[in-house]
Amino acid sequence: MSHDVAIAGVGMHPWGKWGKNFVEYGVVAARAALADAGIPWADVDLIVGGETVRNGYGGYVAGATFAQALGWNGARVATSYAACATGAQALDTARARILAGLSEVALVVGADTTPKGFLAPNAGERYDDPDWLRFRLLGMTNPAYFALYARRRMDLYGATSEDFAQVKVKNAKHGLSNPNARYRKEVAAHDVLSSAIVADPLHLLDICATSDGAAAVILCSVEYARKHGLSDVRIKAISTVTPTFPNTVIDMPLMSTESSAGGVPEFTFKQSIGQAAYEEAGIGPDDVDVAEVYDLSTALELDWIEDLQLCKQGEAEQLLRAGDTTIGGRIPVNPSGGLACFGEAVPAQALAQVCELTWQLRGQAAGRQVEGARVGITANQGLFGHGSSVIVAR
Amino acid sequence: MTATTPAIEGWFTTGPEPALIGSACTTCSTVFFPRTAGFCRNPACNGDEFTDTELSRRGRVWSYTDAQYQPPAPYIAPTDPYVPFALAAVEVPEGIVILGQVADGYTVDDFQVGDEMELVVETLYTDDTGDRTIWRWRPVPVEPVETKEA
Ligand SMILES: [Zn+2]
Repeated sequence: MSHDVAIAGVGMHPWGKWGKNFVEYGVVAARAALADAGIPWADVDLIVGGETVRNGYGGYVAGATFAQALGWNGARVATSYAACATGAQALDTARARILAGLSEVALVVGADTTPKGFLAPNAGERYDDPDWLRFRLLGMTNPAYFALYARRRMDLYGATSEDFAQVKVKNAKHGLSNPNARYRKEVAAHDVLSSAIVADPLHLLDICATSDGAAAVILCSVEYARKHGLSDVRIKAISTVTPTFPNTVIDMPLMSTESSAGGVPEFTFKQSIGQAAYEEAGIGPDDVDVAEVYDLSTALELDWIEDLQLCKQGEAEQLLRAGDTTIGGRIPVNPSGGLACFGEAVPAQALAQVCELTWQLRGQAAGRQVEGARVGITANQGLFGHGSSVIVAR
Repeated sequence: MTATTPAIEGWFTTGPEPALIGSACTTCSTVFFPRTAGFCRNPACNGDEFTDTELSRRGRVWSYTDAQYQPPAPYIAPTDPYVPFALAAVEVPEGIVILGQVADGYTVDDFQVGDEMELVVETLYTDDTGDRTIWRWRPVPVEPVETKEA
């Protein structure tokens, strides 16, 4: 039995700092996706919202909040939270109901309004909360975790600050004509290298910003898509696997790993996310034409390229230097411009990746098109054992 | 009247040879840090009893960075103006990688991935009860060659 569902429509609200309520962004993205699909809101029988934790009660029940904003239509509702992987988990919830025959057309929406600067933990004295403790006991910020991974690439594989800067240069170029990107300006390696060091070896321009933004995806059954002559882009896999014990790579916001003394699993957590997606889709890394990966930092893009098995461990810099990951190269990575051009809007980000791949596969990514792309993969890391990878194909 | 106390209770010992305190499962002997209680997180184990165990005081650098800008609260800066500090993730022989600040006076230029570090206890910040201490990683000097200081 096929586990495919169809992507009927996609839409976004441009990323930026707009100072508005997240609901407004979500409605704009949802209406854009409905218009793209040519499906009236009244025909949607399931809405799944990506929860946002910074917008009060309306954010905790995001699915219902968006349903009310669009006008109650009696649809079933769900809300998902999985940190950065929220959008993919919401998508998976919608897919499951469609594949079970319980829903036919689902709207999945994520939207956020984000604060400026470092993402800090909730207030209060919370000695049993690792996210609070890492700040109190160590002063360990999110960029500091990204920096640990970056430094390891340098000491183990000979990566350089220039390599990291070139990831930013590439992504800035990719995003230049993306109408939904927040930053649409060329960046030179020199700009990155002369920006302040935040957490050695990462410079300010190596690290993604936080943004306002929204993305929406309309999923439907393959039968519904055929009957209505909708797009032939299909979701082949949604991986939301948890780690396998022991998780031996230090993960935000923890201060330690589990012990490797009793042996380690075949795949690290991030590798297992991609591996599960390939297995579910019944394809391999060689089949992939384009990838959207979570470049919270420039160096993390290189980690993801390896974790998705698009090259061997320690060889991502070689791909980058050869231009293989640039549009026109062997395996373009982040043709949208990635987080480097968008900044992160947590509950929307995994959906934005799927929007981009849908446009790429339909040949509608004007100014950033990966020619002939038929298979795309996303990768994204959350917190507390969440992460996701989505494979789309036509 | 003020006293020197750990910034968090029960995570490390103090004295001349301080050590982090972990928990060893009495059923499968897996060691966890920070300490744990109630249930073992090894999926193949139903253990629910643990004994405290002091972790090795030395380990190897897994990776490292620093904090060039003052982290947000609840971090408490010990000095004004703020002075950047280094951070290291160190793998101890028990197979656990543990984050810590790097000891005062050292920067990221003083060690690399794979270098040996030793656990020390230093002041993290001072409040109205006195100095609050924390574990830190200090580079272990490579065996010194005999030299005469001028
Ligand atoms: Zn056990």
